[in-house]
Amino acid sequence: MSTTLVPDRIDAKTWTRFTPGQRFARYTVYFALVLALVVSARSVEIIPEFLWDAPEQMQDLFKRMWPIAWAHYPGGVHDALVETLHIASLGTLFAVIMAIPIGICAANNVVPSKPINYLAKLVLVASRSVNSLVWALLFVGVFGPGALAGTLAIAFRSIGFVGKLIGEALEEVPRGSIEALQATGSPWLSILSKGYWPAVEPAFWSIVLFRWDINVRESAVLGLVGAGGIGLALNAAIDLFQWDRVAMCLFAIFVVVIVAEIVVTQIRKRVL
Amino acid sequence: MSSTAVQPPAPRVAFRTNWWSRAAWIALAIYVVYAMSRLEITWDRFVLGLGNGAKFLDRMFPPHIIQPDSLLKGLTESLEIAFLASALGILISLPIGLFAARNLMPVWATWPARAIIALCRTFHPVIVAIVFVKAVGFGAMAGILALVVASIGFIGKLFAEAIEEISLKQVEAVRASGAPFMSVIAFGVMPQVFGRFVGFATYQLDSNLRNSTMVGIVGAGGIGGTLFSAFQRFDYDFVCAILLCIIGMIMAGEILAQWVRKVFLERGKVDEE
Repeated sequence: MSTTLVPDRIDAKTWTRFTPGQRFARYTVYFALVLALVVSARSVEIIPEFLWDAPEQMQDLFKRMWPIAWAHYPGGVHDALVETLHIASLGTLFAVIMAIPIGICAANNVVPSKPINYLAKLVLVASRSVNSLVWALLFVGVFGPGALAGTLAIAFRSIGFVGKLIGEALEEVPRGSIEALQATGSPWLSILSKGYWPAVEPAFWSIVLFRWDINVRESAVLGLVGAGGIGLALNAAIDLFQWDRVAMCLFAIFVVVIVAEIVVTQIRKRVL
Repeated sequence: MSSTAVQPPAPRVAFRTNWWSRAAWIALAIYVVYAMSRLEITWDRFVLGLGNGAKFLDRMFPPHIIQPDSLLKGLTESLEIAFLASALGILISLPIGLFAARNLMPVWATWPARAIIALCRTFHPVIVAIVFVKAVGFGAMAGILALVVASIGFIGKLFAEAIEEISLKQVEAVRASGAPFMSVIAFGVMPQVFGRFVGFATYQLDSNLRNSTMVGIVGAGGIGGTLFSAFQRFDYDFVCAILLCIIGMIMAGEILAQWVRKVFLERGKVDEE
């Protein structure tokens, strides 16, 4: 919360929490917020007839989903699920391999050159600005439908995230051990591997695990645009209105995502 | 230099070989080879794709806006979806987050609230959008509902965590004055978490803006539908134009969110994703 309580005039009788400028800025934000909400609510296209029978439709949907098609799992879902996990893991791995050099270039204390820093940061921002589904669309266009496109989509989307966090972790490394290594005349690579690496190692593993967890979630939808994984099975079931199979796919995704999250939290708790 | 007279103590190895970590690296390498063969990722395919990629890029540039009105409509609809979904999502997630905080609420309240949050967090917004498209039909409403679910999952979780970290002394002080429950929340809890809350809210708005451009792929409104149909018609130059517009909008949103954070927080720092 606001901690700067610097009074403009010490002799002033009344104390105010915010300066007039701060108050004005706050009210501007509130006003803009309300305005944006009102404008959006008035102009957004919602068809009321569709809304009225939504509960009915939902009921119908769940009724069709209900006996979940468990029998569909071994034939149609299992392989796709494993493929999803491979896409997430390989994608994370490729992303890390590409993100490390970019992250290093983005850290000003490791690469003391402003133009290179900015260039690296631009690459990271570009990677993060494009949604993984859009990356998947592009790579499906380039490599054709399949897991390769999905893996690359996950990888390219993750570069920005992993690289940004690696760069920030590197910038927080204390100078002491680095200067000691420089004083011994160690080459550039040794400074990186024996000076920076031990300092950022815990942060690095936690970033990688975190991103893997996110990627498991994201790789489940890539199939909707044809980039492999369980999304393909899901999309096929939806297109054929086989809602019991859709329920099976959703259940499989649910279990995998929950298990991935538990694995990540347990590893973080025990190892890091 | 070295004297043989005194047996030196066992030499201390500065950088001892860590066999466990080497084994782990080898296991990782084996996994990569196995997974790549399973996904049929081969060098040939990659090289073949690069040739395609050149053609693809060639068709994307220069970007060309084929249907300006459809683009504009999609972008505004995405914006509207993001705003409404954030507002509704935040409104709903506040009580749920409060109920999920284990230091204020009894177990019978935290348990269901945590289950709701976990359920909302599990599914990607686009998958949730599919279900809502079936429920409320094609259009912006399905997108709004899908992003509301995503917002509940994210803000509910972070809000609960923020409340669990507060100092209970102030809460106790307010309670000791005989304040009713709502006043305890308003004067004991809210002031302590407001700063972090602004952080989550702006972050969620940003994230909803990103996802609102995507839910259109499954027919839930916004620019995503325009993008996907342009892609299926192989109008790659229009795809490129749409992508540039989306990126521009997201970056503008990020700058705006940063500005709002600066207004409300002294040290505008918020956790990523």
